[in-house]
Amino acid sequence: MMKSRSAAAPFGIWMTLFTIVPLGIVVWYAFTDKSGAFTFDNIRAIGDYAGTFLSSVAMGAIATVICLVLAYPLAFSISRASERAQQTMVMIIMLPMWMNFLLRTYAWMSLLENNGFINQLLGLIGLGPVNMINTSGAVVLGMVYNFLPFMVLPLYSVMVKIDVRVIEAAQDLGANSLQVLRRVLLPLSVPGIVTGITMVFVPAVSTFVISKLLGGGKQMMIGDFIEMFFLGNAPNYNVGAALSLVLMILILICMGIMNLVDKDDEDGGGLMV
Amino acid sequence: MENEIIRLQNIAVSFDGERVLDDLSLSIRDGEFVTLLGPSGCGKTTTLRIIGGFVTPDAGDVFFDGKRVNDLPAHKRRVNTIFQRYALFPHLNVYENVAFGMRVQKKKNAEIRQTVERMLELVNLKGFEKRGVGTLSGGQQQRVAIARALANNPSVLLLDEPLSALDLKLRKDMQGELKNIQKSLGITFLYVTHDQEEALSLSDTIVVMDGGRIQQIGSPQDIYNEPENAFVADFIGESNILDGIMHEDYLVEFFGRRFKCLDAGFGPREPVDVVIRPEDIDIVEPEKGHLTGTVTSVTFKGVHYETIVDFKGFKWMIQTTDFHGEGSVIGIVLNPEDIHIMKKSAYSGQFGDYSSYSEEFDEMADPDIDLTQEDGGGEEE
Repeated sequence: MMKSRSAAAPFGIWMTLFTIVPLGIVVWYAFTDKSGAFTFDNIRAIGDYAGTFLSSVAMGAIATVICLVLAYPLAFSISRASERAQQTMVMIIMLPMWMNFLLRTYAWMSLLENNGFINQLLGLIGLGPVNMINTSGAVVLGMVYNFLPFMVLPLYSVMVKIDVRVIEAAQDLGANSLQVLRRVLLPLSVPGIVTGITMVFVPAVSTFVISKLLGGGKQMMIGDFIEMFFLGNAPNYNVGAALSLVLMILILICMGIMNLVDKDDEDGGGLMV
Repeated sequence: MENEIIRLQNIAVSFDGERVLDDLSLSIRDGEFVTLLGPSGCGKTTTLRIIGGFVTPDAGDVFFDGKRVNDLPAHKRRVNTIFQRYALFPHLNVYENVAFGMRVQKKKNAEIRQTVERMLELVNLKGFEKRGVGTLSGGQQQRVAIARALANNPSVLLLDEPLSALDLKLRKDMQGELKNIQKSLGITFLYVTHDQEEALSLSDTIVVMDGGRIQQIGSPQDIYNEPENAFVADFIGESNILDGIMHEDYLVEFFGRRFKCLDAGFGPREPVDVVIRPEDIDIVEPEKGHLTGTVTSVTFKGVHYETIVDFKGFKWMIQTTDFHGEGSVIGIVLNPEDIHIMKKSAYSGQFGDYSSYSEEFDEMADPDIDLTQEDGGGEEE
């Protein structure tokens, strides 16, 4: 008994210091006013931001879906390459992540600007200029670009474990490419899909840097408001904390739904697919 | 050929510049049990995968019922495969695994249920419908794989070392079951194995392969009794292979002595390989023997003693039920029917001397050792 308890100690300390205490502080701020008295006013104030919540979730969801659609074939082709090639391919996918996140996003800014690189190119062939910067499209693009590796990696790590003979067996039994995908690959890669969605959706919904730089303040996301309440001209930690809390609960609900889908698939033995 | 169902013609395949199959031609009759037999890396699995549609040959043609199918993808071929280690769908239960082929063909549920039940009955797995395949034993998974392939009603069933992952006892039982299934359904089986005993007991026709080439095609009896070269003689069963000279029809000389034999059609004084099976040799008193030798080692094998005997520096294996201890001097008698003559080939001199005998076949019969080889070999096979 003693042994297992002492083994759990590092986790307990970590969790207390960096999860429970900070979360407690957030909750405390969310349910108090400036003088420290208990109040529901902050939670009530969130109603004003319902639209922003909705658009944040929508943009995060769109970016997640695009990531999934792009990453799935990418991860599959990596997982079917030779072992050596796999290492190189994974490294190339990860390479941009070793560059500073802000730098990458600034780079997209200068690419998308009205007199930026892309519009100059378009101008050469007599097109444009097209207004790209400060649109929700630019924000989604920034999300997809920055978070794509987080979708590719979990998908790849699940797919690489799928035995090629299982795919061949499906073909052997008469399944064409689409049927192999639907009846074998997709069900077998569900754990990777769930992890990938979580890893992209959560940072995408709560981002504020991408929307600030590429959305130019016109595409405010919930993260921008939270940042404003903590670092803006008129700081209000209490409303900011309430927004954070609600965002967290929202994300938890989304993840709960995802895990439910995952569970169903395991129990049903894939019959539903 | 009559009732020909599959024909391979001048097939050549290379992987990464390494030739895996070299000008291979093979014809398979409808309803036949054909076994591709050979050591790891001989090209037998590649041959099977060409027929299954998973490998496209660099040269040569594949015919199915007289039609060229080189460019037909795997899912459109009327063959089904039982893969090494089964390759069952881990996300589906037994029922859905067997139903898979019919599901993709969009068959009606009632028909699917009927066929699945019939197939599970055929492989003795009734009542396992709802079980996940991960909870089954190796033998049971094997049965699901058989049921899954047969549920598609194939004209040809391809079996890629299907029993290699099972233990010896189960392997023997499954051999019998496979043979019964093949007989009762009357469909063509193309079976790949490195296990000569399995090949001998199951097949109508054995195709012995080595180095990407067919070494001999024939019935199990032909292959065993009339091997065409030293490789076949050594790979199938045990053989003592000696250098000999054919003096005239039915007369061969080896070890400085002339023996009557049953072979003819060789040139005068043609050098030949002489095969003598260890179980055909009769041991007699030294003074009564054609040859005399000294026993150098004896291993008890249950049915017989495996006795290694030194004849003038060349060691023979003799299988005998009588015990002759190490160091004892014995004589042997060779009757004409015990002696088989082969033409010299590239394999001459490589096999058939038991001086450095290391129980190689016992190792090869070990499923674990084979599996690691297959894993490492992967594509080359």
